[in-house]
Amino acid sequence: MSTAIPIRTRAPAQKSPALQKDASQERQKQMIARHFEKLANAPESRDKVCYTFVPGNLTELIGSFDMLPVLPEINALQSGMRQRSGGYIAEAEKAGHSEDVCTYVKCDLGMMKSGNISPTGTRLPKPDLLLLSYTGCFTFLKWFEILREEYGCPVVMLHVPYQEGGHITPEMRRYVVDQLEREVIPAMEKITGKRFDEEKLRENLRLSAQAEDDLVAVWESAKHKPSPIDGYFGGVYYIGPIFSSFRGTQDAVDYYRELRAETEARIRRGEGPMTPDGVVSEQRYRLVVEGPPNWTSFNDFWHMFSREGAVVVASTYTRVGGLYDTGFRHDHQHPLETLADYCMGCYTNLNLPGRVSLLEKYVKDYEADGFLINSVKSCNSFSAGQLLMLRQLEQRTGVPGGFIESDLVDPRYFSRSNIDNRLQSYFQMLDARKSRTA
Amino acid sequence: MKVVVGIDLGSTTTKAVLLDEHGEIVGRGITNSRSNYAAASAVARDEALTSTRFSLLSRQLDSVSGNLGLDARGTLEALNHAFRLELYLEELGALQDRVNVLCASLPANEHKAPLTEASREILNDMRVHAPDLFGPGSQRKSDFFRDIAGAQFIAGAERAAVDQRVAFERLVGLFDRAILDIETRVPEREFSILLPRAVDIVRPGDGGSDPLRQALMTAALAAAGETIEEVAFVGTGYGRQTLPFPKECVRSEILCHGRGAHRVFPGTRTVLDIGGQDTKAIQVDNHGVVTSFQMNDRCAAGCGRYLGYIADELNLGLHELGPLALRAQKIVRVNSTCTVFAGAELRERLALGQRREDILAGLHKAILLRAMSLLARSGGIDNEFTFTGGVCKNPMATKLLQELVIENYGNGIQLNAHADSIYMGALGAAMFGLDDVNAGRGGMLPTFAIKKGYLADDARAPCAG
Repeated sequence: MSTAIPIRTRAPAQKSPALQKDASQERQKQMIARHFEKLANAPESRDKVCYTFVPGNLTELIGSFDMLPVLPEINALQSGMRQRSGGYIAEAEKAGHSEDVCTYVKCDLGMMKSGNISPTGTRLPKPDLLLLSYTGCFTFLKWFEILREEYGCPVVMLHVPYQEGGHITPEMRRYVVDQLEREVIPAMEKITGKRFDEEKLRENLRLSAQAEDDLVAVWESAKHKPSPIDGYFGGVYYIGPIFSSFRGTQDAVDYYRELRAETEARIRRGEGPMTPDGVVSEQRYRLVVEGPPNWTSFNDFWHMFSREGAVVVASTYTRVGGLYDTGFRHDHQHPLETLADYCMGCYTNLNLPGRVSLLEKYVKDYEADGFLINSVKSCNSFSAGQLLMLRQLEQRTGVPGGFIESDLVDPRYFSRSNIDNRLQSYFQMLDARKSRTA
Repeated sequence: MKVVVGIDLGSTTTKAVLLDEHGEIVGRGITNSRSNYAAASAVARDEALTSTRFSLLSRQLDSVSGNLGLDARGTLEALNHAFRLELYLEELGALQDRVNVLCASLPANEHKAPLTEASREILNDMRVHAPDLFGPGSQRKSDFFRDIAGAQFIAGAERAAVDQRVAFERLVGLFDRAILDIETRVPEREFSILLPRAVDIVRPGDGGSDPLRQALMTAALAAAGETIEEVAFVGTGYGRQTLPFPKECVRSEILCHGRGAHRVFPGTRTVLDIGGQDTKAIQVDNHGVVTSFQMNDRCAAGCGRYLGYIADELNLGLHELGPLALRAQKIVRVNSTCTVFAGAELRERLALGQRREDILAGLHKAILLRAMSLLARSGGIDNEFTFTGGVCKNPMATKLLQELVIENYGNGIQLNAHADSIYMGALGAAMFGLDDVNAGRGGMLPTFAIKKGYLADDARAPCAG
């Protein structure tokens, strides 16, 4: 009997290849570059700058005053993807912010302390207005309080009632519209020196609805098998324009038209989405994902799914800036009411039963094999109650849930081996259950 | 005999289980994981093959015991002791060779001669006293060569240092360097030589006039001569990605622990596995298929490694912690399960005048409370509840777990903890291997590359299948 040991040649550690970009992605890149150029030139052009957050963002209204939006969360996640967030967070911690504070906040503050150079390399202008149009995240309030001290500029706050009862009542809508009329619009008029132009807002809202129609068609394309999109990793690229500075613009309309056409072409070819492992058309697992992705190891994280043939058919993170696939569209006929509904309808403003019902609908409508929760340390708005949701979803759908933990942009909280271990175990669990059922 | 091999490459120990074609466990092996995972898995597998040979030998002895009035069990044990002694002496010889090489390479100065002389004396002394370690009823703190030889060498080094001939640290440093090389060796075990040699020790003589010796020799040769064909390998565990196996032969330890625990205790619905680096709470269905799981996040707080640090801090063997903690008069409240802070918390408590046993009890409880939280997150504890992993061998951990289960889930939960629970992951892996064979995927075998002595990168060869 020999004592040989089994040996194999290990493939060299593979670096995730760069994604091949679609035309729509190139278009988006150019749109973003132009926007950041405008921001860099704002001090000279005297364009007014409005900092605001993704959930409940009032981009159409901001645009109707010709103000330029800056979204600190997007800057933070972009810094994470470009491996700069670790340094920025260290900078913020040096300034006294605790390790337990939301890492988006610390990344943003660190970036500001380091010269406020945007992820594209251009300088970000100071805000003329801090527009807090979603109060469901308590950290947002504190974040802008800190920025107000730093920049000495006003904050206007739109208090957004939580959907505690699971729906929006006429009183809630009236409450938000009142604030828009009495607080937000007057503040914008004061900062810009312009009068509110309702017609311009209506036009922006009309453009928003067009883009939203196309985005929903893209989301729902994932009902096809194979899915032509990845609704989480790919999805975060798809939401870029509509969740940030471009909703209500012709640019966004053009982008989503192109994206939809690309998606439909992939369906015709029977092709899956482009991933770090190339086009994944043989899809072993269709998943629904809850929670934001990790940004510091984004491609690595995606690769853990794509190399196993796992494709995400729907995700809740990609609905954080608007839940269009449940029917909402910006309605130009009721401009302020529709803005109110939009703010109150964003995903993290839903109560837990509402979130569970949405996930259940996704699991069933998209015929998912499983659902996965990525619980991030930084975001209590997302993470609180997720295990409860997991159990309820398992009961309601009979589909197995998985649970992983990471963070948004703090690289210290991404443990590659731990996450990989859990994901592999989860995929193998799906296999084992499938073969038992078979 | 055809066997499938399951290997569980843990952060502390590496385990191997061999199943025959009918799914019966025919061999088990365990070793410390050391710095070379490939060597650890090879050694664990060799240990499992050795235990398989002893299973075969046991069958042989059973078949002849009636006619000869032989105490088959006692004889098997004696042969095993003799065999272990032979292996120990072989490894000691290799260690001696390595120490000699290291001493020879030392620069010529005032330390060289005394160091060489002292190390030779220590190792000779170890050789002389080796039989005491492997005699009937002998107590060893560990079965791993590193631990046994390390303890003996350190004791010798302490004696040498008392004589002021050579510094203790220098001698221990020499041992530490040598053992690293010895541990990466995977010496070939020639059972057709080793088993008869064990018979020679147990029943000396020339054989012709001694029917018992003759029968033992025949049994030993038959056990050594049977072909053992490994038809499938499956690897799992913390280090499974580093196993030299094709991807298809690697399974998650969560699935393996769940399945292994269910095999040993078929009523199992919830499994708690506390290993060196991970704690896992696993729910399984009535087929042993995992339905849900939770594990600790990125740090190893409250895992077996935590107890390892505590043991080091108190200069105790890992296996001594539990019995000592059982002697606690009260359980000190310990807040941190952080491995990094464990030593600090321990020293602080000792400085406050608290008893070592009471602190240890508190440290154990902190681990178990953390595990209970993980279990709750995975869906709670269902009957039956099986405890696996290295920590399940700790009697204090098992006692506290039982208490916490009753406190939180009532008296209706059966807690299963078995001395062999540490093998559950490897057992589950082997069961997956058997599935592969039954599904006609047994061809997915790694190619064996033979390289005697030290393992090196150039020993790697492509795998088949």
